[in-house]
Amino acid sequence: MGAGLELLAAEFSALLGRAAVITDRQRLRTYECDGLAQYRVVPGLVVLPESAEQIAAVVRACAAAGVPFVARGSGTGLSGGALPHAEGVLIVTSRMRRIQEVDPANERAVVEPGVVNLDVTKAVAPQGWYFAPDPSSQQICSVGGNVAENSGGAHCLKYGFTTHHVLGVEVVTPDGELVWLGGTTRDVPGYDLLGAFVGSEGTLGIATKIVVRLLREPESVRCLLAAFPGVDEAGAAVSKIIADGVIPAAIEMMDALAIEAAEAAVACGYPGGAGAVLIVELDGPVAEVEHTFTAVHRHCTDASAFEIRVARDAAQRALFWRGRKSAFAAVGRISPDYIVQDGVIPRTVLPEVLRRIAELSAGTGVRVANVFHAGDGNLHPLVLFDETKPGEAQAAEEVSGAILDLCIAYGGSITGEHGVGMDKARYMPRMFTDEDLDTMQRLRCAFDPAGVCNPGKVFPTPRLCGEVPGRHKGVHPLQAAGLAEQF
Amino acid sequence: MVTSTLGGLRAACGDVTEAGADDTVDGVPARWVAWPGSNEEVSAVLRAAAELGLRSVARGTGSRLAWGAPPTALDLIVDTSRMGAVLAHAAGDLVVTVQAGLRMADLQDALAPHRQRLALDNGDTAGGPVAGGTVGDTAGGTVGGTIATAASGPLRYRYGSVRDLLIGITVVLADGTLTRSGGTVVKNVAGYDLGKLYTGSLGTLGVITEAVFRLHPLPEASRWITVPASDAERAAAAIAAIRASQLDPVALEVDRAAPGAPVTVGVAVEGVAGGIGTRADAVADLLGEAAGASAAVTEQPPGWWGRPPHPPQGPAAVITCEPTGLADLLTTGLGALRGSAGAGVLIAGLDDGDRLGAQLAQLRGIATRHGGSAVLRCAPPHRRTGLDVWGPVPALALMRRLKDQFDPEHRLAPGRFVGGI
Repeated sequence: MGAGLELLAAEFSALLGRAAVITDRQRLRTYECDGLAQYRVVPGLVVLPESAEQIAAVVRACAAAGVPFVARGSGTGLSGGALPHAEGVLIVTSRMRRIQEVDPANERAVVEPGVVNLDVTKAVAPQGWYFAPDPSSQQICSVGGNVAENSGGAHCLKYGFTTHHVLGVEVVTPDGELVWLGGTTRDVPGYDLLGAFVGSEGTLGIATKIVVRLLREPESVRCLLAAFPGVDEAGAAVSKIIADGVIPAAIEMMDALAIEAAEAAVACGYPGGAGAVLIVELDGPVAEVEHTFTAVHRHCTDASAFEIRVARDAAQRALFWRGRKSAFAAVGRISPDYIVQDGVIPRTVLPEVLRRIAELSAGTGVRVANVFHAGDGNLHPLVLFDETKPGEAQAAEEVSGAILDLCIAYGGSITGEHGVGMDKARYMPRMFTDEDLDTMQRLRCAFDPAGVCNPGKVFPTPRLCGEVPGRHKGVHPLQAAGLAEQF
Repeated sequence: MVTSTLGGLRAACGDVTEAGADDTVDGVPARWVAWPGSNEEVSAVLRAAAELGLRSVARGTGSRLAWGAPPTALDLIVDTSRMGAVLAHAAGDLVVTVQAGLRMADLQDALAPHRQRLALDNGDTAGGPVAGGTVGDTAGGTVGGTIATAASGPLRYRYGSVRDLLIGITVVLADGTLTRSGGTVVKNVAGYDLGKLYTGSLGTLGVITEAVFRLHPLPEASRWITVPASDAERAAAAIAAIRASQLDPVALEVDRAAPGAPVTVGVAVEGVAGGIGTRADAVADLLGEAAGASAAVTEQPPGWWGRPPHPPQGPAAVITCEPTGLADLLTTGLGALRGSAGAGVLIAGLDDGDRLGAQLAQLRGIATRHGGSAVLRCAPPHRRTGLDVWGPVPALALMRRLKDQFDPEHRLAPGRFVGGI
């Protein structure tokens, strides 16, 4: 540890107490990566604050010393957004897990940033409310992380992303000031700094308190699983559903290889011989859902579904979802290594892009399993390889990158929900012009002129050149420990 | 000097005229008006304006130029009326890309044949395709103006406001930089979401030239359910009952002419024809029971639906409060109150007289008690003198830094926004 960090460590010990400051190399290694485990940097120093004031004090000290800092919630991010800085301070919010206020009459809860996503819903479910963003890691990911990444989830097709479900955040700015962005009501006077902050991947400050919106639980939820000969037919069914004016709560698709992996991993018992399956979920008032569900069923039949199962109850619904929710990890059963990609295309070009991905796969011999949020065109191709075989890792990286290029070429995005982070900063210039990126920097400079707040993320810097895209080796430790699922 | 300035502007943009008597912004006269026809012309004319040291304000149809504070200086109006095209409507993807000068009503008309809409029913399109006729401001606002003023309507309860429906935006900054953020797909977290910043910024960060919106299907059927509550407490109880229900309304509105007057609570539900009647009846039962009066179900919105309770020039204020503060606001708040009780955003039509300042202060006091704010939306210029238009603005220092980054010389709409930005 450098002399500057040693001074800071002493200062933090005085501020936060010895137990809240980690300097031991072995313990620091616990925090060397987030959910994207192939990027590893041991942080210079870790602090475990318990209050907004403590975070503000830590940030002020960092700013004064010109030392970079990175915030981390549960560390489940998939783009390296919480990757530590070797010469910097990692501010971990895991001791800030208080739900400070639950107020269904005002349709809101106030939580600390370390509160686990699902715990918000658990706290309000007895009263019939829930917190809508449902990233696959919701059993472990933090609301602070959701704010940083603007997390989505399977149900964001209908309900939107974190940005639609946060009314206000108390933030420590990169110079250590505590300010509120937004509040407890909408249309707060002035620029919508809250809207800019949500999804800024920890580069504009650290959320220390979050006012989340609560939604009333739907009266009815209906779910079906439809098996199709191939992805073209399943894609056609999605188009028919959307064209009919239906916005389901979720429409998820898996192709044959993804189904094979899921069967191997969790024996989800999907219909045999399916080239693709769709899971379609509708929710809302009974009078609405019953009519719409019948129409969805018909559209699947018309699009050549050869088997349709309708969930009888919550247990069967969970069974339908199990295969889908296990898909990422399940790929570990059919391939030693894999890259989880996250790209977006306009939904209508889905069949065409899938054909192009299949061509890429055939041309390179790299297998690609496809899992996606079909309703909004958010693809999660799983690019399979075996690192022990020469050239396979390189080939997989090239295919993964080519898929992102396809997303851009078809007018989509390089990330739908995992974020840019460390992993995709170098792809940003393919999606945005220099002027676009410079304009984003103007926002950055308003908040963080010294560039100390999560530097090196989102925007390309020379330091990132030549780094490898996201790669997963087997099952993530959090999954192995039963702590997390991945979508 | 005048001639050479005009010459400089004309070199950048083919169509620049000397300002006429009507070319004012909130009472402040402009000297020239530019009528660019493309992103490139907007960029060129703003670059020229910057070089010439001019202050500019963007204008659509001008229907909401009275919102905010008057500019502290004005030379050039950049009029977007030559940029009114629908650039791309990806119906299957429920996405539309449009130019900023397109009128909102025309946008809805273009989408309706595809059984789609932008789920935004501000005064320009209140009851538009849904109710079968365009009403609202006589001129009808544009896409750019809608974004710059964040003007929304009753549907915000279910679909959110402008910020929630905007997925991509093209803007020309004060120095002529042409810049985009977001994209043309709904799900996208690449880069900062600058569209949120431009929304409601009253043109102080840049001139909006194009926008991309997510769309929603037009509902097969709609019903409006209204109940006249004898007092504010009963109205608030009816609103709370709807919130706590699982009937999934798309709008939850309130209308009260003056303190002490009856309060009408209005709910809109949308859905399939086969289920709408049942749901509307359930809403009516719930509303009627809570309000202690009989609720009416109609297939058209009531006349006041989505219309601002004030003349275009005001005076009017935007009042926000937490849901549990509604009873207090509706009981004692001065002026004519109308708006989205569901979202906690009401518009107050105020007196065009000496009592305006006292009314605003009274409403601000109530709103502040309930976590909200009171902003003077618009007022005749002579009435605004000495009034605190915005009230307390949290994080104002950051906002000033943001303005300084985007428009360091304060050339765009100077003084129009919070804190004199």
